[in-house]
Amino acid sequence: MTIKDIQNEIIDEFSMFDDWMQRYEYMIELGKSLPLIDDQYKTDDNIIKGCQSKVWVHAEMKDDNVVFTADSDAIITKGIIAILIRVFSNQTPQAIIEADTAFIDEIGLKEHLSPTRANGLVSMIKQIKMYAIAYQTQVK
Amino acid sequence: MLDVTAIRKDFPILSRKVNGKPLIYLDNAATSQTPQQVIDVIVDYYSNYNANIHRGVHTLSQEATDKYEAARHTIQKHFNAEKAHEIIFTSGTTHSINLVSNGFASLLKKDDEVIVSALEHHSNIVPWQMLCEKTGATLKVIPMNEEGELVMSDYSALLSNKTKLVFVNHISNALGTINPIKDIIEKAHNVGAAVLIDGAQACPHVKPDVQKLDVDFYVASAHKMCGPTGVGILYGKEEWLNKLPPYQGGGEMIAEVTFEKTTYADLPHKFEAGTPNICGGIAFGAAIDYMNTIGFNNIAAYENELLAYATKKLLEIEGLRIYGPDASGSKNKTSVISFNVGAIHPYDIGSIVDKLGIAVRTGHHCAQPIMDFYNIPGTVRASFAFYNTFEEVDTFVDALKKAVQMLS
Repeated sequence: MTIKDIQNEIIDEFSMFDDWMQRYEYMIELGKSLPLIDDQYKTDDNIIKGCQSKVWVHAEMKDDNVVFTADSDAIITKGIIAILIRVFSNQTPQAIIEADTAFIDEIGLKEHLSPTRANGLVSMIKQIKMYAIAYQTQVK
Repeated sequence: MLDVTAIRKDFPILSRKVNGKPLIYLDNAATSQTPQQVIDVIVDYYSNYNANIHRGVHTLSQEATDKYEAARHTIQKHFNAEKAHEIIFTSGTTHSINLVSNGFASLLKKDDEVIVSALEHHSNIVPWQMLCEKTGATLKVIPMNEEGELVMSDYSALLSNKTKLVFVNHISNALGTINPIKDIIEKAHNVGAAVLIDGAQACPHVKPDVQKLDVDFYVASAHKMCGPTGVGILYGKEEWLNKLPPYQGGGEMIAEVTFEKTTYADLPHKFEAGTPNICGGIAFGAAIDYMNTIGFNNIAAYENELLAYATKKLLEIEGLRIYGPDASGSKNKTSVISFNVGAIHPYDIGSIVDKLGIAVRTGHHCAQPIMDFYNIPGTVRASFAFYNTFEEVDTFVDALKKAVQMLS
């Protein structure tokens, strides 16, 4: 599936929720259930320090695709990370570089991607793009 | 006793909604809300007498200058400074601290010692670290205990004839601890050290008397006292302000300029280079008048009741831990409650209660050393003002229970 397809799929899923509470409950479930990163990658090198929550991101290349794993110490942040990983992981560097994150607005989670939240997510998306650019250079 | 229903009508923002719910504003330790009386002064300034001060012969400039200087006198009287020129207008507490620390760069020598407390905001740590780097002086830290109080016996042991400066906040922003500043100042003076007290968190709750405290420098921000952002004060004893070199060069702060030599203006202008926040200064005066009309004794009495009530209600939540002094709500703290519930991350709680219309602060509150002391990523901080109500406390506690239920 392309990044756009996955984003549309997520928008469809979120359209079933009636209110913010259901959306948050879903994200909390995502945040609780997924093992998102191997412990060996939860290092200071991979940390993005926000004022509010911490985020760890690890990237590696597998068969021309970038595979991301990540984690956070806050559950809601982790739930959003799960969504971002579903969108960006296992895609080619080029597709990741070209993708946008407008779908986050459409699923009603915009405020978590505001720089004032300082939760590490804005930096995480930047980091994901940086990894893609770095791997793109390798592929060439 | 306060008529809180009437007081709330003074604050237009308190009737707005957030996420479809009535706003409950419990982030007063970060910024207080602004009453109509102060908003009116701001509108009046820009509508009727906006002009540059201290140098125009025209009527508007004269009116603006008169009002600005009248605000300085209001502030002088409020803090009981001996002289009006001991009140320097700044852009806020951080600016005031930097003005002093920068001035001391020329007065300190290698091996001199400066003391800060473990309870400081980053704005009262970083400028002194920079000062020590510049001068070769050593930074010493008064430790805190588990109750979030300074260990005064350790403070006494740190003091010596090498100590030149002591910096402590009057009240901790992260925990609400009221520090024994009278004692801290006396002990510092006994070894000949100067003392700067950061009053940013204290001034919304108490009325400091700088002469009675015998403090050398006292700093505060308007935006925590029902005034606008971007303006604050530095109080300094005249003898100290005369000793410190100017902080910034520019207009207003000079007496005479030639390319060979510039002579500086007298206090307070020596430290007020450039066009100041004129409207902000005037509005700060109006904010102080507003708070004094309500009365600081009334404010403290009411906030203490709110604090005791909120503390009791919050502690009914299983796993909730309050950080700082006397969780039962003693006289040693102001109306700030810093807490966590079990292992739930403060960010998660803050995000959910925001959806329910409630503003609290989450994170490390620019006081990372305190969070490191407790080995936590941060706390949720609810800080109450005299316009908050007991009903708001109830709604907040219910919202918190909902958040805990969703996150557990």
